[in-house]
Amino acid sequence: MELTSPTDLAKEKVLTVQDYFLFSLQTVANLFRKPLYFADMIQQADTIGVGSLPIVVLTGFFTGAVLALQASNTLERFGSITLVGQLVSTSMVRELGPVLTSLMVAGRNSSGMASELGSMVVTEQIDAMRALGTDPMKKLVTPRMVATVFMLFFLAIISDLVGLVGGLAIAKLLLRLDARQYWANAWESLVFQDVFMGLIKPVIFGFIIATIGCFYGMNARGGTQGVGRATTQAMVAASVLILAMDLIVTRFLMATLSYR
Amino acid sequence: MSAPTLPLDSATATTVDISAPVIVFEDVVMSFGENEVLSGVSFHLPRGETKAVFGVAGSGKSLILKLALGLIRPDSGRIVVLGEDVTQMQEAQLFELRGKIGMVFQESALFDSLTVRENVAYRLMEEHGVYDENIDRRVREALRFVELEHTLDLNPSELSGGMRRRVAIARAIITQPELLLYDSPTGGLDPVTSNTIIELIVKQRDVYKTSALLVTHRLQDAFTMATHQFDKQNNRMIALPPGQHCDVPMSFLVLRDGKVIFDGDLHNLANSPDEYIQEYIS
Repeated sequence: MELTSPTDLAKEKVLTVQDYFLFSLQTVANLFRKPLYFADMIQQADTIGVGSLPIVVLTGFFTGAVLALQASNTLERFGSITLVGQLVSTSMVRELGPVLTSLMVAGRNSSGMASELGSMVVTEQIDAMRALGTDPMKKLVTPRMVATVFMLFFLAIISDLVGLVGGLAIAKLLLRLDARQYWANAWESLVFQDVFMGLIKPVIFGFIIATIGCFYGMNARGGTQGVGRATTQAMVAASVLILAMDLIVTRFLMATLSYR
Repeated sequence: MSAPTLPLDSATATTVDISAPVIVFEDVVMSFGENEVLSGVSFHLPRGETKAVFGVAGSGKSLILKLALGLIRPDSGRIVVLGEDVTQMQEAQLFELRGKIGMVFQESALFDSLTVRENVAYRLMEEHGVYDENIDRRVREALRFVELEHTLDLNPSELSGGMRRRVAIARAIITQPELLLYDSPTGGLDPVTSNTIIELIVKQRDVYKTSALLVTHRLQDAFTMATHQFDKQNNRMIALPPGQHCDVPMSFLVLRDGKVIFDGDLHNLANSPDEYIQEYIS
């Protein structure tokens, strides 16, 4: 195997970041250029959104349930077991709902987009598309970005809700708490900042999932092995970027929204 | 059965300078890393002519087609296609130009998630948005041209290699482009299927007078094209008497080490004193 010098490796990484930035910029710019491919957006929304619903529901439910179970142990020591609803709701809405939903969707769709577009690249279908007068960025990338951002927003809301239901199941069945008290506690503890943070994150994460998946797919080289590599890289990069962006966005929003 | 008529696309209905070459390559240089694949390639393709491009594997034959289509930009040199300098054009302008060009890729490059019908209709669907009766008629005509009308609702994965190439030809000709680019259309096919493909290319050349650049490493295919003509009455390809071979609008281009070592007709190719060419065609 040929060894790459650290300088070349660093240059390569910087170049990839630059290419990704330009790729993302073009994806957004295409929203303001015709044609917009609405039918493709709807089709992708179905594949990404409806297709991801089962894993998002299951993830949300079990996360909410385990959160309630873990929290109950600590809260019970302080005699605050009734606050389990508040803990589940703020944790789910602010953090776990958007992040876990995004990670699940990234695992399913970022890699899916990379393998689909990567296969199209290595079988010359992307070149054929350009030869037939269609811009692959407009036809394939922008609809996936729009669909992912749009659907992840609603998937995160569903995940939050199902997470609360999971917490309720534990609160009611194992902790023997009153359901109405759980809901009231969960609902009243939420403030505008929590909800805003919980809704802005899936929009940013959705953009990352789609652009990373498409970027690696469109840059796949080297036959089926290259497609496999692009698929893995897309999933890893999207997951890491989601977690890194989560920290940055959380810190930024806490500072700007004068968080309690 | 006579050859079905393909409707004239609006893109080809514009006034064009019929004396101007369809493709002009001027001193085109293209490298990949330190490997210079094309080292000052120059040639031109007159309107209505089919030029077969020969060369060993890796000599840059397919690259010439991608350069002509503007899919790749050369390092230096000038490429004029249908009167427009593709080396100076933006991607958005190239999409418009590509509407006048049909390309048949080496491995067909059919969209595997679309049916044959959707593949062939692709360009028309992009232009008009809705699959209507007019598009359906044109799709059927294009598929009838390649004798695959019965495959309308099949997926590309359900077709044989030869059938896929024929669908790719149907997709390329549906808008009756001014220029067709064929990238090894018979590569990897059996002799019978290859002959069917060659007959379709000859049909397109002689019936619709479409200019074409054909990349191949199969000499016999290009020689068949140079020695045969399409008989529209009987809808089949017929061999020409030896004295009439030069009547066919067919020429040859041979590449070696990134340079053009021959550009001429069949007679000149057969009588070339160049040892490499003699060895190549023997």
